[in-house]
Amino acid sequence: MKEKSGVKGFLKKLHKYRIYLLMLAPAVIYTLVFAYYPMTGIVMAFKKYNYSGGIWGSPWNGLENFKFFFKSGQAGLVTRNTVLYNIAFILVGTFTQVAVAVFLTEIHGKKFRKISQSMMFLPYFISWVIVGVMAFNIFSSDYGFINRIITSLGGEKVAFYTTPQAWPFILLFFNIWKGVGYGSVMYLAAIMGIDTSVYEAASIDGANVFQRIFKVTIPMIMPTMIILLLMSVGGIFKGNFDMFYNLVGSNGLLYNYTDVIDTLAMRALISSNDFGMSAAIGLFQSVLCFATVTIVNKLVGLYDRDYALF
Amino acid sequence: MAKEATHLGKVKRGKDVVALNIIAYGFSGLIALLCLIPFLMILAGSFSSESAITANGFSLLPQDLSLEAYKTVFKEPIVVLRAYATTIVLTAVGTAIGLLIQTMTAYVLSRKDFEWRNKFSFFFYFTTLFSGGLVPTFILYTQTLKLQDNYLALLLPLVFSVYNLLVMKSYISSIPDSLVESARIDGCGEVRTLFQIVLPLIQPALATVGLFIALAYWNDWYNAMLYIKAEEKYPLQYFLYQQVNNIESYKKLISNNAVNSAVVSSMSLPTQTLKMALTIVVTGPIILAFPMVQKYFVQGITIGAVKG
Repeated sequence: MKEKSGVKGFLKKLHKYRIYLLMLAPAVIYTLVFAYYPMTGIVMAFKKYNYSGGIWGSPWNGLENFKFFFKSGQAGLVTRNTVLYNIAFILVGTFTQVAVAVFLTEIHGKKFRKISQSMMFLPYFISWVIVGVMAFNIFSSDYGFINRIITSLGGEKVAFYTTPQAWPFILLFFNIWKGVGYGSVMYLAAIMGIDTSVYEAASIDGANVFQRIFKVTIPMIMPTMIILLLMSVGGIFKGNFDMFYNLVGSNGLLYNYTDVIDTLAMRALISSNDFGMSAAIGLFQSVLCFATVTIVNKLVGLYDRDYALF
Repeated sequence: MAKEATHLGKVKRGKDVVALNIIAYGFSGLIALLCLIPFLMILAGSFSSESAITANGFSLLPQDLSLEAYKTVFKEPIVVLRAYATTIVLTAVGTAIGLLIQTMTAYVLSRKDFEWRNKFSFFFYFTTLFSGGLVPTFILYTQTLKLQDNYLALLLPLVFSVYNLLVMKSYISSIPDSLVESARIDGCGEVRTLFQIVLPLIQPALATVGLFIALAYWNDWYNAMLYIKAEEKYPLQYFLYQQVNNIESYKKLISNNAVNSAVVSSMSLPTQTLKMALTIVVTGPIILAFPMVQKYFVQGITIGAVKG
């Protein structure tokens, strides 16, 4: 059936799809207002913002905001921190999640498996605010659990909240901690999907259990691992604001080791009210994110067409 | 589960099996314990006496068992309850509206007879690739829409998400087309098809996406930090954030307003254990609801991974 082209055909389709379009309307309007309209606001990165002028009336100031961001040395620091943290989170996270999934499937006791899986899932459900309280509970200089152990063994208290070098490890711990239950579900599902005949063949060939894991299970879930790894690489320039803000807060002593792009952008906005500078940092990040996601998506598409997003 | 029982059953229990068992149980058990311990420590801290914590620090078990911290929280229960009410109403309303919008959108985008579906899909996907960022969004809420201290500033940011849309869409796409078409032939309109034919079939997806949305509302503190200045409008998590980080002012608030305020000096109130008790009061319900909802999340993670 040949469709009529031009305005008439379009109007005809508009009529034909009117119910569909009505059903789409709320989401479309929402997306236009809260996702597309703010995109025009990136011009603020090139302006000296003032309240009376607003986005459009404020005077231009060229690349001043970017110059300040880059010359102050903050750009390098926060970008480096963001990327390094994410690399650590992705690598250690994937390793832990895969290990948990592999070992959980090897456990015969149904109850043990169920209960331990539930316990691992628990941290996923709580907010980072609560994790912040937990971190204080464990690492506080005066009352923290770790310092209690150190002193009871006769050692000196460690002031974690003034020791920046400790924080990459603390943040890594809590990141893995919060995501292990959630993340291992994907790998558990992948392992469950492995054809049992493969295992039978392996055991007939005399493979021991470790060979079974390294020669069958891991290679079989490799596609899932690669896809998930690539997808998380897409977010490598996004700092987990929730986590950094709740664990580190406004503790300036730690910034050299803990400041990421998102926390710096937020401080520029909330604490120093420097809208232009914050917008410049945001644009810098958006462009980096867009570039990495596009590249990653290409790679995912090359690897397995079905998983590419577009 | 049955699958795995068969493949494991055939393996002889040699030394390697014993070794693997030790590693598997040991590793899983250790990770599970590490996940649980921080919760236990908060619980233990909340039931300890302030003097014991000041002297010894936090531990795994309550020290000098005491209900003082909880009594202090409930000296002025109205502030906690208000934050609870705010969050409960927000979660309920947001989840209902969010589910409705997401389901309608996902349904239309999965209709094969809708020629523009790919264009609209891309219209939504694109927003996950590029965004205006923090500042333009902040200005939109505070200056263009003037939503400061308005509950809408807490409701709107979480009501629609492309990720949830994807989960919903891939679930609806799995419904056989013939079902929808036969309804159509029987003279069923689009809206009725969605609500009477499709909706009953996607109940698991509704539960999963609904819980994802609900959890996002329940745990949200970020939007409150940006847009809510009025203390009486704080949702639960931001309320906790504020009180824990300004515990002295919380203590003052309690001692000034306490219902049975004979003479309560804020100095006499606990500090560290109070933080822990407040955290437990805020966390308790979600931990209790957790066993019932866990399976829906597991389901959602696996659906979400399959591209719609």
